Amino acid sequence: MTRLGKAYAGGEARAAAIVLSEPLSFWGGIDIETGEIIDRSHPDLGKCVAGRILVMPGGRGSSSSSTVLAETIRRGTGPAGIVLARPDPILTVGAIVAQSLYALHCPIVVCAIDGITTGDQVRISPASSGAALIEVVSGSTTG
Amino acid sequence: MKRTGREPEICAFFNGLKFIMSLQLNAHDRSLLNGGEGAAAAFAMEILVAFAEAVGAGTLLDVSRAHIDGCLYHGQASLDFVERLVASGGRVRIPTTLNVGALDLIHPELMLMGADAQTPPRRLMKAHEELGCQPSFTCAPYQTLFRPSFGEQIAWGESNAIVFANSVIGARTNRYGDFIDLCCAITGRAPAWGLHLDENRHGDILFRLTGFADWLQPTDSLYVAIGLLIGARSGEHVPVIDGLPPPRDEDQLKALGAAAASSGAVGLFHAVGITPEAPTLADAFGHRAPAQTIEIGPDDVADALRHLSTVPDGSPLDAVCLGTPHFSREEWDRFLPILRQIAPRTGVPIYVNTGRATLRALEKDDLLRGTDAFNLVVVADTCTYLTAILKRLDGVVMTNSGKWAHYAPGNLGVQVAFGEMEDCVASAAAGRVVRATQ
Repeated sequence: MTRLGKAYAGGEARAAAIVLSEPLSFWGGIDIETGEIIDRSHPDLGKCVAGRILVMPGGRGSSSSSTVLAETIRRGTGPAGIVLARPDPILTVGAIVAQSLYALHCPIVVCAIDGITTGDQVRISPASSGAALIEVVSGSTTG
Repeated sequence: MKRTGREPEICAFFNGLKFIMSLQLNAHDRSLLNGGEGAAAAFAMEILVAFAEAVGAGTLLDVSRAHIDGCLYHGQASLDFVERLVASGGRVRIPTTLNVGALDLIHPELMLMGADAQTPPRRLMKAHEELGCQPSFTCAPYQTLFRPSFGEQIAWGESNAIVFANSVIGARTNRYGDFIDLCCAITGRAPAWGLHLDENRHGDILFRLTGFADWLQPTDSLYVAIGLLIGARSGEHVPVIDGLPPPRDEDQLKALGAAAASSGAVGLFHAVGITPEAPTLADAFGHRAPAQTIEIGPDDVADALRHLSTVPDGSPLDAVCLGTPHFSREEWDRFLPILRQIAPRTGVPIYVNTGRATLRALEKDDLLRGTDAFNLVVVADTCTYLTAILKRLDGVVMTNSGKWAHYAPGNLGVQVAFGEMEDCVASAAAGRVVRATQ
């Protein structure tokens, strides 16, 4: 499956997807040291976003999520890339800042997210004029 | 990803929908972006443009003030960002105040942190000053000389400051935060969207106070409770309160807004007949009908307040925390006579957070003389719910702040009792939670 989305933060990424059914606030929602979801009210509590393509409907909550995302990218505990159903300015800023400061890319793409399941291999690559290509291959792993 | 100024263009197609890159930059914006005004401005503009595109803004607009929430240390990325701006010669282009940091620089002896742990947060506060920001270190910049005026376009961070500026003053800001508030200060620009624009400032949801009969006294608790209730039920919408009694002073509206921005994401509320954009109910809604009407009765208020306390009355007390948001001069003028009259001598510390400018004025007027006999501990530049100041975290802390009561159990692990200012002082004197006022 291949889709074209709009790239809000650029870059390439290729990793297994972790698909969340609900938006996640990085501030108060992610353990900076591990990338584990620690928001007790979130249905995916205990799962880990580190090194994965994080797929979710949108972001949520405090603007401090920008710093938390940037800090997890710096530490290598953040997602490899983020695919959202709707734009999120707070996560976008966190990814752009990490890119500018550390030359570490966590692409953020907005496109339809139906049909992507946890464990699918997802590849995000830049296309022309601010678009991004999302290639999804059904995964053999689960997670 | 490098960005350049460009005309609107079609970026991509998917599922039959067109994406338009709709942000239009003027010549000055493009000059900032392309490095015409220095590397720091270009760096800030690149981030601002990405943010503006993510919120779907069509253009940027001028802002005349900024308030920066970024001097509270969250990790190395906080510091690296500001150091990049400092190293590339960054200066704020507009009058810019600073929110609280993680340290009380005026009273360093209060900090229960090792010297090493204090180094990055101290550098973060100092680095912001090197960018030309005012070292105000207060969450209540509206109490300073940098208070904006009605209708002024500003870019403010800190949730209570945002809701106060929008609602009580009628200035215009969105809910800015990490990195972006500083990018606005460095460029003097902000995305033209949301609460900057007339059409988004009208009310959506009507909260009507009913059933209070004659006993609706303007106690501080009432404003906190109303704030909590509207915050929890407004989502991203603009709430309008009808039937709120006229407040004693703007500190009651400060408490209401801070509570609403704690239990929810309120950036602007209107109180009919009280706040400047709501002389009448029709004005508050822009002459449209409310999308929803919610009634608030005495039981709702009592419930909201009951839920703020995690311990029963009579519980032994370890500390009192006041001044979240920072105590104004008017609050000090109410508090100090109460403190002197009740004269607590049980050893329970009474922490009061306040801005350093307010503290300087108090000291100049010699109003704090002798208050350490009552265990008054003045905290400046930071706040007791954010950092390591309280000596004991295993017991009960009493506060008159809805915001402190909302966040402290999660941040610090303490138990909380909520009450009026007088009850907090009386409880310090009794060594346990007591209430005279109801």
